[in-house]
Amino acid sequence: MCMQKSEQMKMTTEKHNYGTAILSAFEYLLENYPEVFVIGQGLWSPWYVGNSMTDLDKKFGAGRVIDTPVSESACTGAAVGASLAGMKPIVVHPRMDFMLYAMDAIVNQAAKWSHMLGGQANPGVTIRSIINRGGEQGAQHSQALHAWFAHVPGLRVVMPSTVADARDLLIASVLCNDPVMYIDDRWLYDQEDDLPPVVELDLTNQRPIISLVGSDITIVASGHASSLAREAAKQLKSEGISLEVIDVRVLNPFYAEEIIESVKKTKNLLVVDSGWMSGGFSAEIIAKVVEQLPVDCLNNPPVRVALPDAPAPISRVLEKAYYTTIDDVVNMVKKILKN
Amino acid sequence: MKNQLKELSNPKKFHSPIVIDGCDNDILVSMFESMLTIRKTEQKLAIGRESGLIGGPVHLGVGQEAIAVGVSQYLQNTDRVFGAHRSHSHLLALNPDFYRLFAEVLGKETGFSKGMGGSMHLFDQSNGFYGSVPIVAGTVSLAVGAAMAAKMQKTNDIGVVYIGDGAVEEGVTHESFNLAKIQNAPTLFVIENNLFASHMHISLRQSSDMISRFAVANDIPYELVDGNDVVAVSQSAKRLIDDIRSGKGPRLLELVTYRWYGHVDWRDDVDVGVERSLNDIKDWKSRDPIARLSKSMIAAGFWSQSQEDTLNQRLDDEIDNAWSKAMSDPYPKSDSTLRYVYAEK
Repeated sequence: MCMQKSEQMKMTTEKHNYGTAILSAFEYLLENYPEVFVIGQGLWSPWYVGNSMTDLDKKFGAGRVIDTPVSESACTGAAVGASLAGMKPIVVHPRMDFMLYAMDAIVNQAAKWSHMLGGQANPGVTIRSIINRGGEQGAQHSQALHAWFAHVPGLRVVMPSTVADARDLLIASVLCNDPVMYIDDRWLYDQEDDLPPVVELDLTNQRPIISLVGSDITIVASGHASSLAREAAKQLKSEGISLEVIDVRVLNPFYAEEIIESVKKTKNLLVVDSGWMSGGFSAEIIAKVVEQLPVDCLNNPPVRVALPDAPAPISRVLEKAYYTTIDDVVNMVKKILKN
Repeated sequence: MKNQLKELSNPKKFHSPIVIDGCDNDILVSMFESMLTIRKTEQKLAIGRESGLIGGPVHLGVGQEAIAVGVSQYLQNTDRVFGAHRSHSHLLALNPDFYRLFAEVLGKETGFSKGMGGSMHLFDQSNGFYGSVPIVAGTVSLAVGAAMAAKMQKTNDIGVVYIGDGAVEEGVTHESFNLAKIQNAPTLFVIENNLFASHMHISLRQSSDMISRFAVANDIPYELVDGNDVVAVSQSAKRLIDDIRSGKGPRLLELVTYRWYGHVDWRDDVDVGVERSLNDIKDWKSRDPIARLSKSMIAAGFWSQSQEDTLNQRLDDEIDNAWSKAMSDPYPKSDSTLRYVYAEK
């Protein structure tokens, strides 16, 4: 049935940016799956979530696109409960920091429901949260906490870095029977691409992909950090340095085989991550790779570029120094390869 | 603390037989058997725990049986019932299969949750029991969501959640009351007010002993009755559930009761219990929901001590046999730990 609907769509590509790609995923899901509904704060506002949900409430009705009281915890739990009753809910947290009120529903309930009940019930709920940082917003309007969720068995954690993944991984997340944390980043919203018609992907088969093939060093990243890595690769190409960029896409469960094969080839590994350094996902990537490498494989020690272990500052000078830039990645690659 | 419960929380009151006028005799006998089954099952669990045969904690609700039995009288198997840490009765009132409960508590693969959940994670969705968890107030919002789903699915099913007086000290409970009201979600909030959260008496935790004040705050109609009177519980439940099914939105039912055992396992817990005394426990045992119904039925002439003796013997035998069977059942296979993390294809 879904394939037929896909075939009915026009077969030409459509111009999208990351934000409208997310919007088109919502439209696809709400059009094709009556059990899908969306719940969260700001969904009836024209600006809360950028251009990623514009007019969904007008098109599909306020009963399926539900703006809510200021109750992250209850709304997330309600979505979990609705998923157990046969619905396919998407909870939206316009800023990840506020979602922390909902940790019980996510970590104690959704993530463990299948396991503790012997696999007899599965909360197929998608929890979309947005990393929304910069602009002198400070410590509680800036966090990227994907590593926390990647630590929890039972959750699938998705961080799209491309326009195509922004759409297709959201659809795959919602169609999956497990609880999925779908994390998008406002710094990616202006990225543009031409997208083919939707093909429904099976989220359980999605793995890291090689975004750019190269030979001198392997750079692994996810979400916005992947875009920094791709931009750094463009700059370094003109200087004759060849980067192999791998986009993780799905952080949990995390499959490292593609990365290991790449590092065996390039013999250098740099991980770029948009979260903090200590206890971050960058550490997990390096650990999983190094565990599987021959001891003499690497030409240089693996390196991480991530945020300093401090909350985000608001003062513009401090903030500029705090966040990772393309230049930071470029300079680190040069430093590693110079050794 | 304001004593707004008045006599309902006085352990020296409500010792007399309950009023059963106008009730169907068969239904009364059936509710009696259900309560007695739950009690004997939990007493068996207490023995199993004390002897060490049960390895994990069991939160026993002996003394509180009338609540689940009275409420479940008007539930259907397509409703969405959620429990908490003390939920053996909530499940058994929907499906009295104590054998599968024993197997679950013993961690056997024949249990309600395939031996993966134990006492604190029970599941029987085909009978309406969606799940129980020990995180206090952890399922309140889930029940509201399942109720919202029922409305979207255009059924007349309802969401039900059992919580204790301690759960209203969690913020998510208030978020959930408000969300249910604003969404007109068909939800029944059942408050088992047993006056204690773990070791702490309600007077040390709240400004009033009446939980229904939070229903008032959220404009949710409620009823407040003696939780050790199965007829009163079931009659209140019927009124509220009828309202919910007819689209009138959420309702709250507060039942005042008391647990005979401590917070966890088989002890009285008078030593760790703040404001919990042997005298209080003794008085509350005189408000026994099972004995009070028995006296009423015998006085009305359609039940006799010899019938009760026969029932006691039959249940004791069945429970012993079920326990032995569960004890000899297999544990989950070794691949189960990884197998159930994600949905199977």
